Amino acid sequence: MNDIATDAELPQADEGQRLHVLGLLVGFVTGIPQLIFPIVAAVFGTRGTGEPMISVIAVTAILFFSLFFRWLSWMRFRYHIGEHDVRIESGILSRTARSIPYERIQDVSIEQKPLARIFSLGEVKFETGGGDGDDAKLSFVSVDEAGRLREVVKAHKSGVVLAAGTEEPVDGADAHPVFAMDGKRVFIFGLYSFSLVIFAVLGGLAQQFDFLLPFEIWDFRNWIGIAEDRGVSVDNLNGISLSARIILALIALASLIFIGLATGVIRTVLREYGFRLERTAKGFRRRRGLLTLTDVVMPTHRVQAAVVQTGPIRKRRGWHSLKFVSLAQDSKEESNFVAAPFATLDEIWPIADAAMVQAPDADVRFRKGKLAWWLIRFAALLPILAIGIAALMVFACAPFQQAGLMLLVAPILAFLWWLEWRKYADHIDAAQIYVREGWWRQKLIIAPQVKVQTVEITQGPIARRQGLASLNFGIAGGTLEMIALPLATAHAIRDAVMERVAAIDYSAINRSR
Amino acid sequence: MTEETVPELTPLNPAWVTTTRIASALGMLPFVIGAGVLEFAQVMPSGSFFVPVLVLYGFVAFVVPARKYRHWGYDMGSDRLRVVRGYMFYSDTVVPFGRIQHIDVDQGPIDRRYGLATLTVHTAGNHNSTVALPGLLHADALAIREAIRAAIRQDVL
Repeated sequence: MNDIATDAELPQADEGQRLHVLGLLVGFVTGIPQLIFPIVAAVFGTRGTGEPMISVIAVTAILFFSLFFRWLSWMRFRYHIGEHDVRIESGILSRTARSIPYERIQDVSIEQKPLARIFSLGEVKFETGGGDGDDAKLSFVSVDEAGRLREVVKAHKSGVVLAAGTEEPVDGADAHPVFAMDGKRVFIFGLYSFSLVIFAVLGGLAQQFDFLLPFEIWDFRNWIGIAEDRGVSVDNLNGISLSARIILALIALASLIFIGLATGVIRTVLREYGFRLERTAKGFRRRRGLLTLTDVVMPTHRVQAAVVQTGPIRKRRGWHSLKFVSLAQDSKEESNFVAAPFATLDEIWPIADAAMVQAPDADVRFRKGKLAWWLIRFAALLPILAIGIAALMVFACAPFQQAGLMLLVAPILAFLWWLEWRKYADHIDAAQIYVREGWWRQKLIIAPQVKVQTVEITQGPIARRQGLASLNFGIAGGTLEMIALPLATAHAIRDAVMERVAAIDYSAINRSR
Repeated sequence: MTEETVPELTPLNPAWVTTTRIASALGMLPFVIGAGVLEFAQVMPSGSFFVPVLVLYGFVAFVVPARKYRHWGYDMGSDRLRVVRGYMFYSDTVVPFGRIQHIDVDQGPIDRRYGLATLTVHTAGNHNSTVALPGLLHADALAIREAIRAAIRQDVL
């Protein structure tokens, strides 16, 4: 380690550049809304004194402190455009020195809010496509400096890109559809999307706006009164024969089912009408929607993993959905790209294949999770239940007959976890990782190993004694976890995946080719 | 299991125990003061609350950091960084240099007094998007940063 330290040119703390002074002022003014609460508190706190000057002094002091700390952090902030990376040093007491290699900078964005524009300042963001978006930000520098920074980064990057020898595909052929849904398919999909959400919405609305209604919704006596006015009384209802009552109940149930199906169909048609997925030179292009048409393009090389999902009912007819987990960049709201919401597996695999994700071999056997893993979970649940029951009996003075009802949680969870254990399976081959999980939402997650960012082996206190571990793979835009593995298997899988991952650089896998 | 894997790991700098003790002693001081106030006000029988709090304080601030220290370790490979920590909740993370987005070297006021620093690497993954390695000599942290940065550059070229 020492020989690296000596020949690498370590940056001096005092070199580098400061941000623009006027940025201090812009930051201060735009930050004032955040000071509203302390200011209001100060005004109310000092109002009782009957001396308006004190309030003014208090508010001034708050503003002054804010400015002072901004000045301090400005004094302690340096950025440095180095030969290989951008360095940012910041922090008043705790110092952070961040290094962003040029190879990792995806984009340099310059943002100018109105106030900053007046002073011709700009906020420069170096985007690295990192997970949390807490990338590097320079707020603020002069517009000229911002332009210069962008050019510098571009110059460094273009050298790299040329060296790596990537060229945009010159795909002259225009889009051809990969997957489309006709009206009939959308309608069937709607039937499977049974939903009673309408009642929740209506109930919520009624609760919110009941003051607008000319009658009291929740006043049941009033309702009974109205019914009696029409000649129906409670006695009357009780007098109906059993068969009639069963028929009434069936009618009520049927209308409930009808409403659920209708809601599902309407919602689905609104969203999925005219669904069309095309493969273009830029990537997957998806258009759908009846009233609001959406048109989204996702570059193929951004796909990090594929999720094939189905449910216990729709599976009987072979219906599945395909989603791509992607490196979310522009559209923060959708990191999962629905490529085929309702399709058969025969339709799904070609789409996945276009995104370089392959179906598992049909004859391959997946590894099942160790049952002990779920038993440990169950064992850990019991003391928690016991404490809960004891707490209820002591603090709420509930008799054991009532508090003991909590024990019902145990068999229910046991059943659910047993289902989970039955459905869980994983597999790893030469190129991909497969995890199958869930009994209600049955998912098969497939991730190419080169897209893995980190691998973590974790063990809880009890699982450790049993020699069990989980493997957490860091995937951009999603999660992937193998559970209930023997520790030795976990180590073996990690080593195998790491060999493949470490061989290829990040900037090479997420570039179009 | 860990007994086999620990020898190949580099331990943190022993000064980390001291800085962690200081940090947790300072961080938990308000609770001790609060318990002291209760003791002074004689709300509860003398010592019935204060003594347990004091014992717990001593345990968390002085015993726990040394234990944690024994279970931390890292390994700086030629193309990956491995960080191992925890006994009760054991975790063993590997980050290939080829997936690191940017690198932070943090130094708090207590760290600076002892010449230590924390190295944090950021990746694009949702899980473990930041992996932190505390208790490094500042110079070592900078050296690791340079090594990783150099590795990233080499990879791309």
